[in-house]
Amino acid sequence: MTDTINSGSRFVNVGERTNVTGSAAFKKLILAGDYAKAVDVARQQVENGAQVIDVNMDEGLLDAVEAMTTYLKLIAAEPDIARVPVMIDSSKWEVIEAGLKCVSGKPIVNSISMKEGEEAFLHHARLCMDYGAAVVVMAFDEKGQADTRERKVEICCRAYDLLMGIGFPPEDVIFDPNVFAVATGIEEHDRYALDFIEATREIKERCPHVHISGGLSNLSFSFRGNETVRRAMHSVFLYHAIPAGMDMAIVNAGQLDIYDQIDPVLREACEDVLLMRHPDATERLIALAESFKGRDKAAEKAAEEWRGWDVVRRLEHALVKGLDQHIVEDTEEARAAIAARGGRPIEVIEGPLMEGMNTVGDLFGSGKMFLPQVVKSARVMKKAVAHLIPYIEAEKEAGAKAKGRIVMATVKGDVHDIGKNIVGVVLQCNGYEVIDLGVMVPWATILDVAQKEQADIIGLSGLITPSLDEMVTVAEEMQRAGMTIPLLIGGATTSKVHTALRIDPAYDGPVVHVLDASRAVGVASQLLSDTQAEGFIAATAADYQHVREARAGKGGSKLLSLEDARANAFVAEFAHKPAPPAQPGLHVFPEWNLADLVECFDWTPFFRAWELAGTYPAILDDAVVGESARSLHADALAMLERIVSEKWLTAKGVCGFWPAARHGDDVVLHPDDDEQMVRLPFLRQQFAKSRGRANFCLADFIDPAGDWLGGFAVGIHGIEPHLARFQAAHDDYSDILLKALADRFAEAFAERLHQHVRTTLWGYAPGEQLTNEALIREEYRGIRPAPGYPACPDHSLKPILFDLLDAPGNAGIVLTESQAMLPTAAVSGFYFAHPDSQYFGVATIGRDQLADYATRRGVDLAVAERWLRPNLD
Amino acid sequence: MTDLIPSAARAALLQQAAQRILITDGAFGTEIQNRKLTEADYAGNLGLTHDQKGNNDILALTRPDVPEAIHRAYFQAGADIAETNTFSANRISQADYGAEHLVRDINVESARLARRVADEFAAADGRPRFVAGAIGPTNKTLSLSPDVNDPGYREIDWDFLVEVYREQAEALVEGGADFILVETVFDTLNCKAAIMAVKKLERQLGREVPIMLSMTLTDLSGRNLSGHTVEAFWYAVRHARPVTVGLNCSFGATQLRPHVKALAEIADTLIMIYPNAGLPNELGQYDEEPDTTAGLVGEWAVAGQVNVLGGCCGSTPAHIAAMARKVAGLAPRQTARPEPLTRLAGLEPFVMIK
Repeated sequence: MTDTINSGSRFVNVGERTNVTGSAAFKKLILAGDYAKAVDVARQQVENGAQVIDVNMDEGLLDAVEAMTTYLKLIAAEPDIARVPVMIDSSKWEVIEAGLKCVSGKPIVNSISMKEGEEAFLHHARLCMDYGAAVVVMAFDEKGQADTRERKVEICCRAYDLLMGIGFPPEDVIFDPNVFAVATGIEEHDRYALDFIEATREIKERCPHVHISGGLSNLSFSFRGNETVRRAMHSVFLYHAIPAGMDMAIVNAGQLDIYDQIDPVLREACEDVLLMRHPDATERLIALAESFKGRDKAAEKAAEEWRGWDVVRRLEHALVKGLDQHIVEDTEEARAAIAARGGRPIEVIEGPLMEGMNTVGDLFGSGKMFLPQVVKSARVMKKAVAHLIPYIEAEKEAGAKAKGRIVMATVKGDVHDIGKNIVGVVLQCNGYEVIDLGVMVPWATILDVAQKEQADIIGLSGLITPSLDEMVTVAEEMQRAGMTIPLLIGGATTSKVHTALRIDPAYDGPVVHVLDASRAVGVASQLLSDTQAEGFIAATAADYQHVREARAGKGGSKLLSLEDARANAFVAEFAHKPAPPAQPGLHVFPEWNLADLVECFDWTPFFRAWELAGTYPAILDDAVVGESARSLHADALAMLERIVSEKWLTAKGVCGFWPAARHGDDVVLHPDDDEQMVRLPFLRQQFAKSRGRANFCLADFIDPAGDWLGGFAVGIHGIEPHLARFQAAHDDYSDILLKALADRFAEAFAERLHQHVRTTLWGYAPGEQLTNEALIREEYRGIRPAPGYPACPDHSLKPILFDLLDAPGNAGIVLTESQAMLPTAAVSGFYFAHPDSQYFGVATIGRDQLADYATRRGVDLAVAERWLRPNLD
Repeated sequence: MTDLIPSAARAALLQQAAQRILITDGAFGTEIQNRKLTEADYAGNLGLTHDQKGNNDILALTRPDVPEAIHRAYFQAGADIAETNTFSANRISQADYGAEHLVRDINVESARLARRVADEFAAADGRPRFVAGAIGPTNKTLSLSPDVNDPGYREIDWDFLVEVYREQAEALVEGGADFILVETVFDTLNCKAAIMAVKKLERQLGREVPIMLSMTLTDLSGRNLSGHTVEAFWYAVRHARPVTVGLNCSFGATQLRPHVKALAEIADTLIMIYPNAGLPNELGQYDEEPDTTAGLVGEWAVAGQVNVLGGCCGSTPAHIAAMARKVAGLAPRQTARPEPLTRLAGLEPFVMIK
């Protein structure tokens, strides 16, 4: 909350991320029973300054009483969370009361109302008094929600009088007089904002000591997609509502602008709408809103101004802002000026360019700049250097002395390189020379290049689990070769624990796990520093030793025997199993419409790939990374338009359905046909479950008496020429952007195809109608787990699936020796259609299941062990 | 609460407290120990199978002369309030002695004998004496898991504990207690369950049963076992509209000083403090002299921070007498009149400022 908006009043922000109706991520955790991570969400909220945390478990698939009490008891055990009050949020009284029985401080109940009449209202209010809770009262009565000022005031005053009549403390009453959408084009809605503000003032006058709260996002609903206007509306609304008496909101603080800094024209137009100052205010705001879509005008104006500055300042500005339109001419101007006074071209790099990059490095290091901006800055730097190189070489001089030389590679069998490329760019920005060996690089090549080029550091990356083993191999070979240079480990499946337990012991030289790109520079600079290296290496080694000791002391997590785990299998109700597919057999899609896939994009992981934390679309308004996210999003949309209109990419896919039956923990396809029969062995959770939860195995969702299973593979082709083009233009930013978008296309294709399967091809949910948000939240029936992911961790099931689908022939997707898919942007998996089917993580399994699995899979124990190592303790 | 008959005892206590600093009694445990009772004294002829030695509360049935004599000694020392000898007279604690079925009898008889002695003293000098029915925390907690590997686990649930407390409070009121004193609160949620139990009892009886609340700190930073600061505790339990709130046990007066001050500044009700007689020595015995204790608690009286004083572990009639002498003639604390602001609590307080 910005001070400007509410100087003179104190405004309470209620954290909203521990709410299953507001946060898809939180809901996913709760549905999966992953309470440990769900508790972390609360902790983050408190750490980020939430003064009260709202807990809501109202979700059809949940036992909300159980979820509410479990969660509240768990956060009670965390002093850093439990220090703030809780808001127990539910539309069901029984959930609220169950929550009240678990909260030791003084909470807020959200909410009660006169919807079901005075008697129920007073009954709930009395109980709130007996439990000792403040309460949010919705302006809602027997007739419905209050819309007009009169109704808001009337209902709240009536509720107030009733509450005072039973001795309810007035200061513990918080009214929510309903914020509704304005500027909808419907005349009756025009007054909604003004009515809220006026009602707030009147309620505050007539009901001493109460508070007024509301949810802001409704207000600007008509302008969804136009965040500039939405933020302006929210801020202008609060600017007027707070002095009128509004003092609490469930709101993302990042969704607010500072009132004084809103474009005056827009501010005026918002005020006209909210305060109903002109009859045609809505039309005017709608017209004005168009011009605020995308880039805003003030920024454009400022953008022109810098062109008039002197060249050194222009270069620095271009680097910090990542502007490459004029970089070649500016670099040339700087070079010519230096040459004119007898200087050398290298001075352009050592002078203004390095200074600009140092500023970028400082801003990034202090958290004031984010990854997409850094990558853009790097693009500017590269273009400038590329322009200077011919001049420098003409002088036959060595380039600027790098801080160090780093050889980087994605290991053999793995094809994922977005993260590695980002790290490479960040290191280059900070003055390191990076030799990038690309993807699927065998250890021999890595060692060979590192030795020949006298590298100072080797960096390894990988995304899929088999890459972890390959990294151990690289470390072992470095040891054998007698190398001593530091080895950096990074990538999505890598971890400090794995690095400490498996990689560090294999190599005597320093081994460091690098959590994300932002840490890479710090690690590299310490490793190569004359003064800090020794201490850093010793501290890291001690840290890893500590991890190993802690791990040894723990003696592994508590596992059931395979027999006991099977006895606690999930029992699905097979009376509800899906009907056979409407269109059995294989379905091939040689070219799915790209525009259709853009509709299904889940943007949140896209931002995560750029190390911008937050959920889309809220991330665009985030107080910290919002600006960076908006700019990245705009660039992505621009590129998407070209991808679609110029057909840069081709989406190919295949899916199929086969008769199936469960045999123990296996699913057997074509069970009645010995010729075609295929066995798919699955793994079962073995860790001890509490609270009556089953030990899941995917086979549990298939009827032993006969059923169906599906499979699919989709891939995005045609990216290579465009990447080559970007590389030639020294444009890492576009290179990474395109790869990240290709990944989004693959995920969207998988989502879209699954929907087509549910409604049409299998057809078990013909009437399904879900918004894209609902799709992203997986609110549909059935799952599509992928080999190599938590429910089905064995990557080596992929070849079986690919044979069934003829994925190479039908979708052009092939597998590497580590079972990574090529093209890189690809998704494959199985379809389970039973209504009870759900995602889960197999997690750690015992040696007994490993042996059993090897037998079922028909492979040697050692082979099974290799594929399942991440699941063995 | 609108339809409940108001408590005359609350009005009488407030009237007395407006004039002077009141005195509540001191320890029972140490007084009983000094009498060197045998197992047979405790067990009487109740035919219980468990060893009853140490079950102080059961003496109301087997040796009523003992608690009666102690009450008498404290009244003689100058006490205005007697706290019934029922700290463990609840279904959970009595299960350890196989005496769950006697919970009602112990509480009724304990309250009765305290009432009898109190009325006797009041009749003699015309000064009102009060009986506070004491409810301990039980040895179970609603807020904490006893299993470090399962932080979501609880040994008991809210509804069960509410019924345990309700049963005890009902019997204490039946025996003639004026107030229900929820004391030695180490778990704020247990305390809230006790408040709920008394509210249920009030509705059952159709009359007000005033509550006294007393928190116990488990560390010097001023938090109880469930982690609440003194302020957070007050905000979490203020809905009880207690006639007194305060601190007892755990520490001596020296250690409680800053927390007494904090509570006195915010609570819009009477403050009752009854500390231990200092900290125990190496042998686990309390050796703080009566005049020392009285001198320490007297400082709070001088500072206008307390309305009721007394003693907990290690205190004797001599300590109570010394306190009564020390505070005689001193003005009582003026009740705080906080602004009507929304005061919420997690483990720490959160006030919505206007």
